[in-house]
Amino acid sequence: MLLGLAAGLVGVLALMRKRSLMADTLSHASLPGIALAFILATTLGVNAKSLPLLMTGAAITGVLGVLAVQWLKTRTRLKEDACLGAILSTFFGFGIVLLSIVQTMRAGNAAGLPRFIYGQTAAMLPADAILMSAIAGLSIVAVLLLSKEFAVVAFDDEFSLVQGWPVSRLDLAMMALIVLVTVSGLQAVGLILVVAMLIIPPVAARFWTDRLWLLFVLAACFGTLSGYLGSSISALFPGKPAGSVIVLTSGVLFLVSMIAAPRRGVVAGLVRRIRLRLRFEVDHVCEAAYERSLESDRPVLTHATLQDLTKTRGLDPFTRAAVATALRTRHYVRSTPAGLEPTPAALARGARVYRNHRLWEQYLITHADIAPSHVDWSVDQVEHVLSADLIRQLEDALGQDGIDLRTPTPTIGAAP
Amino acid sequence: MSDSIFQFITLDLFPLLAATLASLVCALLGNYLVLRRQSMMGDAISHAVLPGLVVAFLITQQRLPIPMFLGAAVAGLVTVILIELVRKLGRVEPGAAMGVVFSVLFAFGVLLLSSDRMRSVDLDADCVLHGVLEGLTLNLPHDTPHTWGGIFSLSNLAHIPRPVVTLLVVLLISSTCVAILFKEFRLAAFDPALATAQGFRAGALHMLLMALVAAATVASFEAVGSILVIAMLICPPAAARLLTDRLNTQIWASLVLALTSAVSGYASAIYIPSAMGRDSVSVAGSIAVASGLILALAALFAPTHGVLARTLRQKRLTREIALDDLLAMLYRAKEIEAEPLSVASLGFAAEPRTLAIARQADLIALANDRVTLTPSGLDRARNLVRTHRLWETYLVDEAGLAPDHVHDIAEKLEHTNLTPPDAEHDPHGRRIPSE
Repeated sequence: MLLGLAAGLVGVLALMRKRSLMADTLSHASLPGIALAFILATTLGVNAKSLPLLMTGAAITGVLGVLAVQWLKTRTRLKEDACLGAILSTFFGFGIVLLSIVQTMRAGNAAGLPRFIYGQTAAMLPADAILMSAIAGLSIVAVLLLSKEFAVVAFDDEFSLVQGWPVSRLDLAMMALIVLVTVSGLQAVGLILVVAMLIIPPVAARFWTDRLWLLFVLAACFGTLSGYLGSSISALFPGKPAGSVIVLTSGVLFLVSMIAAPRRGVVAGLVRRIRLRLRFEVDHVCEAAYERSLESDRPVLTHATLQDLTKTRGLDPFTRAAVATALRTRHYVRSTPAGLEPTPAALARGARVYRNHRLWEQYLITHADIAPSHVDWSVDQVEHVLSADLIRQLEDALGQDGIDLRTPTPTIGAAP
Repeated sequence: MSDSIFQFITLDLFPLLAATLASLVCALLGNYLVLRRQSMMGDAISHAVLPGLVVAFLITQQRLPIPMFLGAAVAGLVTVILIELVRKLGRVEPGAAMGVVFSVLFAFGVLLLSSDRMRSVDLDADCVLHGVLEGLTLNLPHDTPHTWGGIFSLSNLAHIPRPVVTLLVVLLISSTCVAILFKEFRLAAFDPALATAQGFRAGALHMLLMALVAAATVASFEAVGSILVIAMLICPPAAARLLTDRLNTQIWASLVLALTSAVSGYASAIYIPSAMGRDSVSVAGSIAVASGLILALAALFAPTHGVLARTLRQKRLTREIALDDLLAMLYRAKEIEAEPLSVASLGFAAEPRTLAIARQADLIALANDRVTLTPSGLDRARNLVRTHRLWETYLVDEAGLAPDHVHDIAEKLEHTNLTPPDAEHDPHGRRIPSE
């Protein structure tokens, strides 16, 4: 749980610096360290299964891996992804070679080592748990102390360099924190899945907020929550690996966030798009009604014409029905014996849209040098989004009475 | 046929062949991943294939090759699609999107593996990671005669380990695709937008590439494990990219490098430990390390893009510029008809090394601690000062800079090969020497 908290916090840093996959490379690169520490300890006759020792080994090769990535990235023309992948696989391959050596070693009751790959929460000793809690606590304190510095560097590293922040040292501190959390998570969730603890909670939290401090809080909450729920669920079903249950729990949290988050979520985005579309279509119907009212005194929209209007715009039946409903619920049409009659509100709205349309059209012709035949196309989209301020500016620019707003759309050759 | 050759063919040939084929097919496709900056996609796919394998097994209840292959391939494609979805719908940074998707899928796979029905099977996550290359021996009937004809008789074809055959098929398919669509793939890799504009459908090509990568991953899986797949997708193409600028050459080079790392990795895993009297180590891991070492060598020693070559180039340039500066200083001093300068008064322009190089090239002469230009030195110095002053004139006349701001820029431009337009006097009123 504490690990989830710490991983959530530190993961935010990695996410902000776009270094999510760095943790992946780091955790894979820690395998040779674990194996080397084990081999060394066995040959020296020390207790080879002591966690601090293995974790030190993991941290050392992990950092070496990260340094190697940096070296490749800055000194050759290889891009970051290739460097990450190359180092990850090479180090992990070396780790596997060492593991196969360990397995053939005489003293090698090496049964404990593979657990670092997949993790085994249940196998933790109280002392190990205390050590991990200490590390997690340390990283939490560090993040809290340095959060402002990290924020500055994360958003604009060049600016903060110019401003005199010790960017490279802060980056180093950040890397160190990621190393700490990764290494302390190794035993609990395994080296492949510890990445998930660093990546998923922050990404999930990112859907809910744009504010950094809230992001920290939420990521920590998600991390803790998935740690807590995951380990409780896996306790209910003995034999299930806790690490994967924890990761799956955080995966569910991520999915929920992605779908349901109020502003950046998928549903919210969909609703926004549909509402915008509906607004445009209502605009168009109102505009058409207004144009008809210019021709005849009492404009009546029969059901058939409403359908015609929406059909010419290529709407599917579903959207057409939605537009019709929207028109009715907003009292833009009322039923009369002759058919549907647009209300004054609809005509006013239509007039507004129509006027915007003409204004923008004129503007494009006189000021933007667009061929008249192309004007209508772009106007159709922009007429909905002109702000009041912009309309005033357009009126000023074009001269209030210089244009008859009732002039029909200009055709080729009719340009002023 | 001697026994040692027989032993080699039955024990080592097919694991070696599997490793080589896997390396070749991965390296071939990896070229495009490296170019498209999607190397980590290989990592993601190879992890996420695990649930596909397990689900295929749970459905069929058997380790049938074809359902397993299909399950894994579907999982690979699902991974690619999910990553795209998360990236686009959630507007998540690509690295993070990859991390989310593959770690969740992998966790799902590990969880499925631990279910009771899977207990009895020898499909464990370890073999997913580093494969069972060592198990791909040729199991011939005991009465097979120890002759070439005996081993490669038609009846023994059935004993060829299946992963080797699968790999061969996938390699054939991939290389055919790459050969036919070479131009299209190249354009899509370097400029997807242009490719789409030209009607290539870069998106579809990308999906095809991903499908091939997924197929290669799955085919290599059983034999060599996911780690070697990632290493082979990235290391040989990355190393080849450091060696050449042409895609054609890069692909061939990556294939050669992949072959080299497969053979050398295999040899060092099997023969070195046995020479030291120990058991052999993990072959897949050793090949991955070999490919990493090859990449490291390429990064250090590649002719133009290697670190060493770059450093040397930089050193040489620094030396040239120091020499240029010394000569120009001497020329300017001579121009205002000062006494020949002493070494001390040259200050930092007269580093002992620079002086030594200049003397060796017969550009300057040293007499009684006085430094003078030789005729050839004078020529070179005059040209330098001329270029410098021409640049100053150009910068003031054409670029509109103030006369007191142009010196530093001209100081840099004078070392390039560019030729400024001709002029008589520089902005400070000094005559520009003729060539």
